[in-house]
Amino acid sequence: MNYIPKMNRRTFFVTAAAAGGGLALGLDIPLGGPQVIRAADGSPEVNAWVVIRPDNATVIRVVRSEMGQGTITGLAQLVAEELECDWSKVSIEYPTPGESVARKRVWGDFSTGGSRGIRTSHEYVRKGGAAAREMLKQAAANEWKVPVSEVTAENSVITHKASGRTTTYGKVAEAAAKLDPPKDVPLKNPKDWKIAGKPVKRLDTVDKTTGAMVYGMDVKLPGMLNAAIKDCPVFGGKVKSFDAAKVKNMPGVKNVVPVGASAVAVVADTWWHAKTALEALPIEWDEGPNNKVSSASIAEILKAGLDASEAYVGNSNGDAKDAIAKAAKKVEAVYAYPYQNHACMEPMNATAVYTADKCEVWTGTQNGEAAFAATLEASGLPAGKCEVHKTILGGGFGRRGRSDYVTQAVQIAKQMPGTPVKLIWSREEDMLHGSYHPVMQCKMIGAFDANNNLTGLHMRLSGQSILAHIFPQNLQNGKDPLTFQGLMPAGQEHAFGYGIPNLLIDHAMRNPHVPPGFWRGVNINQNAIFIESFMDELALSVNQDPLEFRRKLMANYPRNLGVLNAVAERIGWGKPAPQGVFRGLAQMMAFNSYVAAAAEISVTGGNKIKIHRIVGATDCGYAVNPAQIDRQVAGSFVYGLSGLFYQECTVKDGHIEQTNFDSYNSMRIAEMPKVESIIMPTGGEVWGGVGEPTICVAAPAVLNAYFAATGKRIRTFPLKNHNIAMA
Amino acid sequence: MAALKINGKTQEVDVDPNTPLLWAIRENVGLTGTKYGCGIAQCGACTVHVDGVAMRSCSVPVSAVVGKEITTIEGLAQNGVLHKVQKAWIDNDVPQCGYCQSGMIMAVAELIKNKPKPTDADIDATITNICRCGTFQQVRAAIHSIASA
Repeated sequence: MNYIPKMNRRTFFVTAAAAGGGLALGLDIPLGGPQVIRAADGSPEVNAWVVIRPDNATVIRVVRSEMGQGTITGLAQLVAEELECDWSKVSIEYPTPGESVARKRVWGDFSTGGSRGIRTSHEYVRKGGAAAREMLKQAAANEWKVPVSEVTAENSVITHKASGRTTTYGKVAEAAAKLDPPKDVPLKNPKDWKIAGKPVKRLDTVDKTTGAMVYGMDVKLPGMLNAAIKDCPVFGGKVKSFDAAKVKNMPGVKNVVPVGASAVAVVADTWWHAKTALEALPIEWDEGPNNKVSSASIAEILKAGLDASEAYVGNSNGDAKDAIAKAAKKVEAVYAYPYQNHACMEPMNATAVYTADKCEVWTGTQNGEAAFAATLEASGLPAGKCEVHKTILGGGFGRRGRSDYVTQAVQIAKQMPGTPVKLIWSREEDMLHGSYHPVMQCKMIGAFDANNNLTGLHMRLSGQSILAHIFPQNLQNGKDPLTFQGLMPAGQEHAFGYGIPNLLIDHAMRNPHVPPGFWRGVNINQNAIFIESFMDELALSVNQDPLEFRRKLMANYPRNLGVLNAVAERIGWGKPAPQGVFRGLAQMMAFNSYVAAAAEISVTGGNKIKIHRIVGATDCGYAVNPAQIDRQVAGSFVYGLSGLFYQECTVKDGHIEQTNFDSYNSMRIAEMPKVESIIMPTGGEVWGGVGEPTICVAAPAVLNAYFAATGKRIRTFPLKNHNIAMA
Repeated sequence: MAALKINGKTQEVDVDPNTPLLWAIRENVGLTGTKYGCGIAQCGACTVHVDGVAMRSCSVPVSAVVGKEITTIEGLAQNGVLHKVQKAWIDNDVPQCGYCQSGMIMAVAELIKNKPKPTDADIDATITNICRCGTFQQVRAAIHSIASA
């Protein structure tokens, strides 16, 4: 089987419609017939999604990026399901952004974030597979001169039952490619799925076990040099000067170049030489106005926001402030969540080659189109003279949605026309120039009446907006709606899951100079910790069971309740736990999926937490590959719990203090709990995401279990700051 | 110049003796299956075998391994037959992004060689590689599947 995009393989000829000479790599117009687009080996493209070779080998092309989450396998399953092809002969390739531009974005959106890879592509990729199937059937019917309604297709074989004739997709693909695509082909009922919905193996595994998989880090081009870079550690600072003469005679050094206003790169024969010289390079920084900022000064600004009179309202009903004023009993708590780095295993990197006529980039990106746009801007060349070749990603988690490293690579390459340059960030550079999980504080006040009914809740968030930094055009009259992920009004994709008579959830936006970004799960990480810890605080303040207390508020939230009940039942809630074992649970809705977790932990010495078991439930509407969902659930728990226990980027003198995994730890296998995943899709019109939602429920479930075990409520993170560790 | 014996083949490598083995393997020998993750022996993505012992090649200078048998992920399969750890990884669909898995597989290959039927405690004590995707549950299952094969 053929796996994943290989480097330097310009597979597809682009049609005459290509905008500009750089993209029109070849034309193949059969005389007297319609134009067929061909793969490099001559195989015809039935449509944009499907290329079929004579031996029935089927190449499915999708543009969402694979960063470990299994999306390209899932999308291929959906195409193959409708196509009725032989799954054992399926491979995948990435079209390039340049091809997409030339073909009017026929493959749709490249952006792979927000757990969107499958949930927002499923319809058009299935339609693509279905249309190709009908064209193949039509081609066979034409050959046999029978109505297409009399032929059937299965497993890449087309059959005309009445005459007993059969043919294969490989044999009719050429003729099918010349047909007009059908309109409005109905899609299968998911109940009838044979490939989609099944726990098939990933398509990209073998090369990931032999060292053959080419990540951006591994790109090799003839004559390529390597660059190491240092950007001003203080965000917003600039390069004042650097003394290239001091390092230009060091081994392998070819060039020392400024990169934008804030960075310097050394270019050498090998990256090790480049990095060694960079460390010896005298650089003077103009640190700018932020070099006095510290974590403490940021925390003070956020703290003031907790009681500020002005805030953006994200969700409200009734009159929460009045309910609180009239409460028979009030419960109040303040929580805080830190900056965190994505720490992808593969540090940021990109390879670029620039000439006046062409700029090409090879890189792992979560958004090929954004990387393409960055290439255009940094090169100054038009779309027809630029191209981005996507590689598989060594982790993304939101970080590789940014294209800052692509811009830098092109800026360096532009100073050395004709020479390919691979820019690799050191781990230290990666830690100091992240796109950090935003800081947030939260003050919550719950109000009870004399009968211990929860009558009101005010949840005040104070902290950083991601959109204000990255997509200010998406703010709504200044408000960042994403801040309210998991807390939004009903009907939205990150909706609050409790009915409270008087509710106010608002946000005092406070934007420090540290650049925030989308970190797997994004704002549900802190919002779930805040609300789900506080739900336990509220329940216990009136001596109610945390599960029963929640259930009373969830009468109108059946899908939230469904997943919560599922984890409660599986963990054995209400039944005695093993000696010394304590339980906690949490639920949330985000990315249009409903998720819940229940944890069992034990605590020794008051501060060593052993997580024995976490049950995670997901109602994502439709489950395209249950085996991969299980892996995303378990993996999301590792990412979320690593953050909960260990990870914080602190700010000193305007820069981040943590520079590597020695000061920014991540969970190891010894700390891994047994994860039991319950996949319980309930269908419906809207498909939910999988890569992110469950990340947010492990942490509050563990925190609630920790309270059950110790009576201690932890409200600031990570837990290492409380001398709490994983056992 | 240093003579490095990598995957059974001796190659002259023109590097400073202090160059980390990782970068000599990746840049001078051209085998890119061994990954750079941290450079300070924390994450294990660069794990190779030196005389059969798993080592984090980012923190081993070339001068320390001259004349020793170095095995990288590319040399784990023998005569075109995948190593049993690689097979188990495929059977159990272990990798997600896969970037850490070369090092993870090399670390596990050494564990399996020393303890063909490792306990969970053995695994916990020996396998300390970082995997940000969080494949640990599949890693553990795959290791046990080797022992029970």
